[in-house]
Amino acid sequence: MSIVANNISLHLAGFDLLRNIDLSVEAGQVTVLVGPNGAGKSSLLKVLTGELNPSQGSVSLNQLELSQWDIQKKATVLAVLPQHSELNFPFTATEVVGLGCIPHATGYAVDQQITADALQLVDASYLQRRLYTQMSGGEKQRVQLARVLAQIWSPSDFGEQFLVLDEPTAAFDLAHQQMTLSIVKQFAARGVGVLMVLHDLNLAARCADNLVVVNGGSIEACGSPAQVLTEHLVEKVFDVKATITRHPITDTPLVIA
Amino acid sequence: MRYLAADKLVGCLALLLPAVAIVSLSMGTVSIPLSQIVEALFATMGGVENSQTNSIVLDIRLPRILLALLVGAVLAVLGTVMQGLFRNPLADPSLIGVSGGASVGASLVIVLVGGAVVSPLAGLSLISFGAFMGGVISTLIVYRVATSSLGTSVTTMLLAGIAIGAIAGAFNSLLSYFSDNQMLRQISVWQMGNLGGANWLKVGIMGGVSALLLVVLPAQAKSLNALLLGESEARYLGIDVQTIKRKLIFLTALGVGVSVALAGLIGFVGLIIPHMIRLLIGPDHRWLLPSTALAGASLLMIADSIARVVVLPAELPTGIITALLGAPFFVALLIRQRGEF
Repeated sequence: MSIVANNISLHLAGFDLLRNIDLSVEAGQVTVLVGPNGAGKSSLLKVLTGELNPSQGSVSLNQLELSQWDIQKKATVLAVLPQHSELNFPFTATEVVGLGCIPHATGYAVDQQITADALQLVDASYLQRRLYTQMSGGEKQRVQLARVLAQIWSPSDFGEQFLVLDEPTAAFDLAHQQMTLSIVKQFAARGVGVLMVLHDLNLAARCADNLVVVNGGSIEACGSPAQVLTEHLVEKVFDVKATITRHPITDTPLVIA
Repeated sequence: MRYLAADKLVGCLALLLPAVAIVSLSMGTVSIPLSQIVEALFATMGGVENSQTNSIVLDIRLPRILLALLVGAVLAVLGTVMQGLFRNPLADPSLIGVSGGASVGASLVIVLVGGAVVSPLAGLSLISFGAFMGGVISTLIVYRVATSSLGTSVTTMLLAGIAIGAIAGAFNSLLSYFSDNQMLRQISVWQMGNLGGANWLKVGIMGGVSALLLVVLPAQAKSLNALLLGESEARYLGIDVQTIKRKLIFLTALGVGVSVALAGLIGFVGLIIPHMIRLLIGPDHRWLLPSTALAGASLLMIADSIARVVVLPAELPTGIITALLGAPFFVALLIRQRGEF
């Protein structure tokens, strides 16, 4: 089971944002999108999750076209964390994470348990009763992460689940970046398909099973980090001369710019 | 941190409501002691003939108080809905153009037919029909302007609401300009908001609208909570955002349209009550909707009681009192909030 993009293109307001993209996000694997600013990563995420309709081509989720999915059933299978949050109302952390339980009719007690567990997993238990509007950027981001984790905390009746994160580590310190990677791997080990956008190539190399380099609206390279990350590619896509070696412990590629 | 537990607040407000209603019944040009009010209320059930006190209580004050209760509840709860839908704590039911359109409708009727003509339904003036139609039509325009194939943009709706409000204001001025003195007075009194013309027919209509809202709105509480996250987040949580928007905008146009038609423009209830209750118990709509309905009902009953007794033997339009009570309170809230951001 997977999310499959079949030859998708996206034209918006006279711009070609995506061109002829084929991509498959497999359950149980971590797929990471990298690429320079404006390459089309977020647009691609929006098309893959059904927020934007492709101008051409199609996207299927667990072998059913995205547009055919019942929106409520889809929400039990696919959880998405956008880049920016608009939330501007003083919910407590517990209430925000509780919103992630809306797609499941599992009852108050179960929801409370999931909410508490999800907050603990993102190191935010101490925020439970704090107001969202009074949190720091990193705290807000962790609470939002806990919310999407709560959304797919229990398995769904409608197939394999997918977790889509758009730059989840943007507001995080070093410790919480590591925490995010370990959470993502944990969910992947449980069979969840993870798709995320990252800017840090080294973080991407550490956690990706499948690394997808997006450039100018199409896919430049795709494969394991060791295959994809070459000095030639980094210079071509990011316009940066970099040295690539091996991480002394994890043996994944290490990009030194 | 919150000041109050939500369930306690709802409990307190539910107890406050009948108390306010009883006290309001005793207040007025003729002050009636509680014992006689109870007597009058029981007299109808027992079929006892009407004394003068009984008829003051049952034919004049009770419908007026019930109308205040229902209008207050509807305006406050729809204010909550609009603030949730627009994700803006400063939104107000009038934002979608209802009030502006309603006042044009009312003024138009007053100027064209003098407002004195009795309509087919006894007890309802043509002005009410004009106001209702004006409110609904302007909401439809605002909604159409903001809706494209991609859905309804709440930002565009906000701006379109402001534009329609400005056009409505211009039309109102134009109509006022061509009015004679008597019409002018009628227009301005109507715009001040007045529960004076309350009767059982109006209570019945308002009761019907309130019942509809009572049935439909509680089921939307979770969706409104999810919408506060943002529209795409709400969609990812399985909420059919466009359907909900359409439903809530329609209900607001209906509820506010009928309120304005029956009671004129009553400001600040729909803005201040949701804001105030949210400060006390937080933005969870499952509690916010019932709390604001109860608080709005009490506030408008209190404001109307003050309006009835403050310049005895005459009375003031209710809208003046809600604005006088509400606006300073709102300014105080803003000043307090300034420190938090």
